[in-house]
Amino acid sequence: MATLQLKQIAKRFDDTEVLKGIDLDVNDREFVVFVGPSGCGKSTLLRIIAGLESASSGDLLVDGQRINDVGPADRGLAMVFQSYALYPHMTVEDNMGFSLRLAKVPKGERRAKVREAARILQLEPLLDRKPKALSGGQRQRVAIGRAIVRNPSIFLFDEPLSNLDAALRVQMRIELARLHEELDATMIYVTHDQIEAMTMADKIVVLQAGVVEQIGSPMELYHHPCNRFVAGFIGSPKMNFLPVEVVGSDERGVEVTLPGGGSSVVPVSSDGVVAGQSLELGVRPEHLLLDEQGPLRGRIEVIERLGGQTSLYVRMEDALVTITADGDVANAVHDEVRFGFEQKRAHLFDGQGLALQGLDRHPLSEPGRRDNRARHDAGA
Amino acid sequence: MRTRASGRTVGGLRSLSLQAPAVTLLLIWMLIPLGMTLWFSFQRYNLLMPGMERFAGWENYEYLLTDPALWSSMATTLVLVGSVLAISVIGGTLLAVLYQQDFFGRGVARVLAISPFFIMPTVSALVWKNMMMHPVNGVLAWFSGLFGLPAVDWFSNYPLLSIIIIVAWQWLPFALLILLTAMQSLDDDQVEAARMDGAGPLAVFFFITLPHLKRAISVVIMIQMIFLLTIFAEIYVTTSGGPGLATTNLAYLIYIRALLEFDVGGASAGGVIAIILANIVAIFLIRMVARNLED
Repeated sequence: MATLQLKQIAKRFDDTEVLKGIDLDVNDREFVVFVGPSGCGKSTLLRIIAGLESASSGDLLVDGQRINDVGPADRGLAMVFQSYALYPHMTVEDNMGFSLRLAKVPKGERRAKVREAARILQLEPLLDRKPKALSGGQRQRVAIGRAIVRNPSIFLFDEPLSNLDAALRVQMRIELARLHEELDATMIYVTHDQIEAMTMADKIVVLQAGVVEQIGSPMELYHHPCNRFVAGFIGSPKMNFLPVEVVGSDERGVEVTLPGGGSSVVPVSSDGVVAGQSLELGVRPEHLLLDEQGPLRGRIEVIERLGGQTSLYVRMEDALVTITADGDVANAVHDEVRFGFEQKRAHLFDGQGLALQGLDRHPLSEPGRRDNRARHDAGA
Repeated sequence: MRTRASGRTVGGLRSLSLQAPAVTLLLIWMLIPLGMTLWFSFQRYNLLMPGMERFAGWENYEYLLTDPALWSSMATTLVLVGSVLAISVIGGTLLAVLYQQDFFGRGVARVLAISPFFIMPTVSALVWKNMMMHPVNGVLAWFSGLFGLPAVDWFSNYPLLSIIIIVAWQWLPFALLILLTAMQSLDDDQVEAARMDGAGPLAVFFFITLPHLKRAISVVIMIQMIFLLTIFAEIYVTTSGGPGLATTNLAYLIYIRALLEFDVGGASAGGVIAIILANIVAIFLIRMVARNLED
């Protein structure tokens, strides 16, 4: 049970600045996910928290205590590595009990703790096996078990699911969420997969090029991305961006021209917006609606049918947009289609890529308003 | 099932015919010398007594097995092999850990550390004899002179130790080379996981590095054993097996019998004994290595 604070954490390797002053508060029992494209510094940040690398500057506090100079073993953290990093010559039981053995915990107690962790992870039948006799998912569970046995105040996960196949990944995602609830522990999780971030996190930290782009609950990032990068990174398929021009603004929002003629009002704050200014309209594929009377038009280039839903890739004059439509939609490739969008769900980005503030907050997007979090707190 | 079996026979015949030249060559290469050695070992055949050759039965073996020189040379062989193995494996492991660390000039240092292996045994033995261990001209004598100590006459006073030092100097780089490459395949994540589990440098070495090197170490032991059993040049160049029989190993004893005493029959019997000894060692060794390679 612990809180973690990062204050202006920076990391330089020779001349390259990998992390540029990261500030972050992780609350007790929170599930925080660092997400970002590869090379954004998220793994480095995790390794700094773990103590495997030292920060070039900044402070790291666990429960208010500065731990910059504390060794990795003494920070009370446990890490699950992407490669699992199991000790190949030891049995599952020895792997999980290694930290206790080093800490000279008596054999009986060690055994009991390992059994307990094995029970939680359903690893009991495998305790005598060596790692190479295990499947990927089982190895993953052993690696998690090794972390559990140490009874850490904070769990660190470094892209733990990226070596698993898709089906197993879904299963492990559910298992990790269950584990988070059962262990009641603070967890920090690094991934490049925004689906993992969306499904598991209480709080997502979006990183790019060593800078925190936005911190917020999954639904907050989805409904109120603060800039174009976050808007494009969160959500699948990616958000569509269309060049538009400001016509005018009033209390209902900002009115913009649309490609192919017509105009539409987007309910965002009009602060600092002037008529004639170029903006970018951001609309998620699921908020584009096929509509005979719609203001936008284009020709279908590719259709991806997923069964329940269909992705239409539509070529407009100067952009390719993705529309998520119903699974039964009858259109074919090369069809001309007209479509509109839900104004309430649209975003506008200025020349710097910053989002114009939405006039209405989405009800699910308030911090801490995550469903299972609320349920969990009620139970506790 | 039947078609597969017949297919295998056809394939078997075809592949056999392709393998035949290589296998035949190997058999000729191996079996003829072996057969001749066995044949000569049962002959009374001394080059100093031409025309006196005759079948000797077990005579050569009886003579050899009751000869104290055989047992002392066997002991010398085992001491030599054992000590050089111990020095090169232990030293090689420690040096591999050292050279795995990041430091300035590591690449050059690695090449220098490995270079003794590329020097011909005769050359390195001569260098050690005349430039390192020589009681008058040697570097070691100069060093002990610096401290006012008397020079050590290495080859007269510690003949076997001197040979061991020379051979170990040659073979330690080999162990280092193999173990260093093995070190490089050690997963950094494992070391880091161990560090997070609370392992200090020593614990990482004993619990992670050493088990990881186990396989490479057994390969080093096997390969070195093959070559160390037949050490000859270093002994020939430095001590010529002496003083007395102090540095005569099995290979050198066979050389004495065959080319100094011209007793071809006796030398062949010694050769057969060497083969048997090597095979006994090999059985244990291959079992050990095979077990290591399995897991």
